[in-house]
Amino acid sequence: MKSFLARLIAIFVLTLWALPAQASTVPKRSVLNNGLVLLTSEQRALPMVAIELLIDAGSRHESVDRAGLANLTARLLTYGTARRNALQISETLDFIGASLASGASENVASISMTILKKDLATGLELMAEILTSSTFPPAEIDRQKQAVIAAIKAQEEDPGAVAGRAFAAALFPESPYGRPVEGTAASVKSLRAQSLKDFFSRFYRPNRSIISVVGDVSEREISQALNQALRGWSKGAAGVPPPAPATIGVPQTIRLNKELTQANIMLGHAGVPRRHPDYYAIQVMNYILGGGGFSSRAMDSIRNERGLAYSVYSYFGADQSHGSFQFVMQTKNESAGEAIGLARDEIRKLREQSVSEQELSDAKNYLTGSFPLRFDTNRRVAGFLGQVELFGLGLDFADRYSGLIGKVTREDVLRVAKQFLQPEKLITVIVGDQKKIKVQ
Amino acid sequence: MFAWLAVSLLMARPAQAERVQEFILDNGLKVLLLEDHKSPAVTFQVWYRVGSRNEKDGKSGLAHFLEHFLFKGTPTTGPEEYSRIIAKNGGRSNAFTSNDMTVYFATMSREKISIELELEADRMVNALLGETYFEPEKKVIQEERRLRTDDNPAAALGEVVNAVAYTVHPYRRPVVGWMEDLQNLTRQDLVDFYKLYYAPNNAFIVVVGDFSTTEILPKIRAAYGKMPRGAEPPKVKVTEPEQRGERRVALKKEAELPFVTMYYHAPNQASPDSFALDLLSVVLAGGRSSRLHHELVYKKRLANGIDADYGAVSIDPTGFSVSAQLLPGKDAAELEREIDSELERVKKDLITDKELQKAKNQVEAAFVFAQDSIFGQAMKIGYYEVAGGWRQMNGYLDGIRKVTREDIRRVAKTSLDRDRRTVGVLIPTQAKPQ
Repeated sequence: MKSFLARLIAIFVLTLWALPAQASTVPKRSVLNNGLVLLTSEQRALPMVAIELLIDAGSRHESVDRAGLANLTARLLTYGTARRNALQISETLDFIGASLASGASENVASISMTILKKDLATGLELMAEILTSSTFPPAEIDRQKQAVIAAIKAQEEDPGAVAGRAFAAALFPESPYGRPVEGTAASVKSLRAQSLKDFFSRFYRPNRSIISVVGDVSEREISQALNQALRGWSKGAAGVPPPAPATIGVPQTIRLNKELTQANIMLGHAGVPRRHPDYYAIQVMNYILGGGGFSSRAMDSIRNERGLAYSVYSYFGADQSHGSFQFVMQTKNESAGEAIGLARDEIRKLREQSVSEQELSDAKNYLTGSFPLRFDTNRRVAGFLGQVELFGLGLDFADRYSGLIGKVTREDVLRVAKQFLQPEKLITVIVGDQKKIKVQ
Repeated sequence: MFAWLAVSLLMARPAQAERVQEFILDNGLKVLLLEDHKSPAVTFQVWYRVGSRNEKDGKSGLAHFLEHFLFKGTPTTGPEEYSRIIAKNGGRSNAFTSNDMTVYFATMSREKISIELELEADRMVNALLGETYFEPEKKVIQEERRLRTDDNPAAALGEVVNAVAYTVHPYRRPVVGWMEDLQNLTRQDLVDFYKLYYAPNNAFIVVVGDFSTTEILPKIRAAYGKMPRGAEPPKVKVTEPEQRGERRVALKKEAELPFVTMYYHAPNQASPDSFALDLLSVVLAGGRSSRLHHELVYKKRLANGIDADYGAVSIDPTGFSVSAQLLPGKDAAELEREIDSELERVKKDLITDKELQKAKNQVEAAFVFAQDSIFGQAMKIGYYEVAGGWRQMNGYLDGIRKVTREDIRRVAKTSLDRDRRTVGVLIPTQAKPQ
């Protein structure tokens, strides 16, 4: 299988004559004895290894009365195993200068580790302990509940986060995708140790997981080490994926009052799932609208011409079952109405008129040209491999990417703009000093 | 244009200094090259030895404003066209301003990097700084200030702490500038500043990544070599008078959780004590098993998070700071007392051998991890070059390895002096319901 990484490594071998002989490989996919999918890319330049484990244990699996369960479970992973307490775990990691972080999103729980090659065995041993013998001690649960509740409060200080939560809640009502992963202070308080243990035991299973290992280790070496270290991590029920959000929120304007100098604005509506056939045409279209940094229409109109905002962008987020469109900016309270009007204008124009040949080719050239540069560290390659597997894009995805973007035409851009930009469905969130904000 | 904040996380550890090659053109432009072929990208950066440190009172924000304005075109490149050219060639570009420097950069493939090389040469001497774009860009920068500082409680606190910790030295001014100063800046201020500071002899180039020196060096000479050397820019010679007695500052602002920061004056990377100070920051707050984290976040449950930051690499003496966000319902004064008691402990008793070894291991591992990114490596080279010369990176790990427990106690005693610190406290207020 020839991929972008294979090319990357070919360049590497041709030019790195000054370093010791390299034994590099293309990324490889295998399935371990316990069903764990293993993706590897051998990168010998530095004596380090980046590992990312994705587990199908995100908040989409929790019920509303247990909101925050997936997140709290993930947080507890580094706070106690059968062999080590919280301090022993952090002492182990700190002593070798390794990082090990765990967390959850709506879709997955993740554990990521960055470690020196010489300490890999220590790291894998700890990871295996976590996956097979996490103990969820009551005192640690209590501590982490307190920390999560503090984090929920702290997020209130971040106007962008406040707007994002209000937007998600309005767009996906009655769905885990509309709720904050952290839960609410009340729901977190009421979570019980047994619920964490049950959630862990049901969802943290190798046959629901993907591990990406990138760095100074061969596929053979790491698969043997993982088969050995994770032999006690046994398969569970595969289960059915939770449904996509059943209801999509109606168009509405939500205004939240805070003593801020800027209105933090989000406009958006539902999008498409990652595997949607128009996903790539939508990415090209969005680049022209607001995804293209300093090269986008939104940036030109709202920032460069009028000086209304520092940051303005649009984004089509895509998950396994669903997606969303978001247009995000901040402007002084007094200009909120004008900025929203301009955002709507840009959305409308893209639906009414074809983009120029120049805009199309600039967008495609950026997307294809910058693609390989996005994977310039072991950590980023590990993250990329995990996403490729999660969404079933295929190990040759990086090779196919140029073709997928390249075949998008101006007609496609107009078609997907008409179909997937939906002004009549826009949900608008404005967080700011409402007495100064005038919006029609 | 996105990052005027000090990029402190990238500068903590030096790159592999021994592989850096230095060349100096006749006009004084220094070129620092580091070939690294592990990924197919090259980062090309032009560093100007000018930042908010070089501004005058009433003109704060000028260096950063000029950075924005360099995107408004030259006789051969239209306004904002620079970004479009880089992007359509698959590159990612940006710029940032700090106290000590202004930096422009792009990361592109080996085949395309000459485009960035040429465009940076062009705007080093040919920027038009067009009047038409002045007022809209001023508004953009005011929005940037609102976003990053005015509506961000921790950043707003950091700004007032700096303004109090330094009475005379320009580090007291925010890089983005005070709002009123921004309002009063004129286009002529930018033109004058550009003429004064943008010249090959006040700049240097850093290139890191998948390029060949024999290919790129002639291109750099061709594009930059003919530029005339500029007049020697004025030197900033300001010494902050010794602080005699603790300073305190409170900030009342809509927020949810109180925040405490303690800023101690400290020597920079030129001091032999900088290695011990680096390790001290790790002993105090490097990882969950560190002293402050374990005592105050884990055991006593006062703080939501705690950090110790030593901003080692800078032109003038710098600071060692400890900052913490409180858990809900906890008392900032109590947290302060507990931090003080931990700081007293490290001044009074030797840390254990194991703690010292742990801190050294963390620094060494971070040193390796930092080399994973070509951009990060270029940043380190540039930071050191601005601060005191890139060769100061040499021997960094040796310096770290030689630090003893006694050194840690000694630098804790000399630097963590309460009479030479500024304590800032964020006092949350709540918006009136509407």
